[in-house]
Amino acid sequence: MLHGDTILRLWFKKNGSGGDPAFGSARIYTMITVTEHKPPTRYPVGRPPTKGIHVPSKDETLSDLTIWLLAVRDQRDKVAFGKLFDFLAPRLKGFVMRNGTAAAQAEDVVQDVMLTVWRKASMFDPHKAQASAWIYQIARNRHIDVARKENRPVPDELGEDPGQEPDASQILAVEQEASKLKQALQQLQPDQRAMIEKAYLGDLSHQEISTQTGLPLGTVKSRIRLGLGRLRTELRGLR
Amino acid sequence: MSAITHHIPDAMIAAYASGNLPHQFAMVVASHISLCAECRAALGAHQAAGGAVLESTSSVALSANLKTNLMSLLDEPTVPEPVYDAKGIYPGPIMQALKGKPLRWKKLGMGVRQSLLSESESGSTRLLYIPAGQAVPDHTHNGLELTLVLQGSFSDETGRFGVGDVEIGDQDLEHTPVADAGDACICLAATDAPLQFKAFLPRLLQPLFRI
Ligand SMILES: [Zn+2]
Repeated sequence: MLHGDTILRLWFKKNGSGGDPAFGSARIYTMITVTEHKPPTRYPVGRPPTKGIHVPSKDETLSDLTIWLLAVRDQRDKVAFGKLFDFLAPRLKGFVMRNGTAAAQAEDVVQDVMLTVWRKASMFDPHKAQASAWIYQIARNRHIDVARKENRPVPDELGEDPGQEPDASQILAVEQEASKLKQALQQLQPDQRAMIEKAYLGDLSHQEISTQTGLPLGTVKSRIRLGLGRLRTELRGLR
Repeated sequence: MSAITHHIPDAMIAAYASGNLPHQFAMVVASHISLCAECRAALGAHQAAGGAVLESTSSVALSANLKTNLMSLLDEPTVPEPVYDAKGIYPGPIMQALKGKPLRWKKLGMGVRQSLLSESESGSTRLLYIPAGQAVPDHTHNGLELTLVLQGSFSDETGRFGVGDVEIGDQDLEHTPVADAGDACICLAATDAPLQFKAFLPRLLQPLFRI
């Protein structure tokens, strides 16, 4: 999708052979910022264009999920959407069936969630959330809306600052927090991991969450909050 | 806006992110997050954790035709859902609950008014309007009560609550909130059981006033 007079676009290119076919594992991607000589216009996300050409480094990785979701958002890319589906739909089905939903009905929810991802992709902002986090919340919301036939209350979106442009370093900071978080989850003891899964995919009430002493929610959160500190300061600035 | 000092407990934000908070409390949490950068960031952290868990959860095989069916739906025209944004002192989640309808206030006496937003067996949400200097009648709670200040402020035995602050009451909290001087205090209150007023309204009248 073209953004009219957009002066800045992000291109994501695979750099050499990624090697590991496993989804979610980090592969090296190159990020190139292209600047055209046109007057600045409003872009959905980002920062002022004063930074010029962004020089990519080898540490800068974007997850496959983010790359696919950005391609869906910006190009309405159905091939990328198909890849998102292949990775996510079987996991979403498992997620929905955990809560006692029958297989056929679970597929209805999966279809509904994936359609919502396609239709609402323009709302995805990689400065604010990881692709998996954004899709997780959509899955939870749609599941509740469908199962309980009630509209789940959602917070106001923060208004965009007009004239903002994509900020690669912010996007990468959000991405890096996500991969650190995944590593942290992998290092948990099996029983702790099971509890975390139950808290986020299951049906623990807030009372149960606060009384489960084995639940390392705080660890998980303080870990990701480090990266969110910057975001928080920025959010404050918008108010 | 003065700084928010009373936030949503972390476990409650986690339960909200994972969809396990009853509707009436989810309304207060979503409204508070609309006003509070701190809790918005905490929600972001829990969503990130949820996303990481989703990515690493085990897969269940899909029906052969699910993908084809879905891909054929992508170009279907859609009717955009109505969007209800924040208006004045009322955050988006309250406007979502009103669905474009105007607020209807009912007088409770002594200048106190309420507007019921949602009610079900599992609980209710309402807006309360308390004139400056006026006490909210002494009451206890059968269950949990969350109160979010939208305008003005109130004080009770536990402290002072200004715009954006949330007070969390349970059956042990017996309090008498008094609206502070200045603007009338307007709050969003959610309960999972009817409030029990000890004075001001005879308990027999409660069903009538739906309190
Ligand atoms: Zn807060």
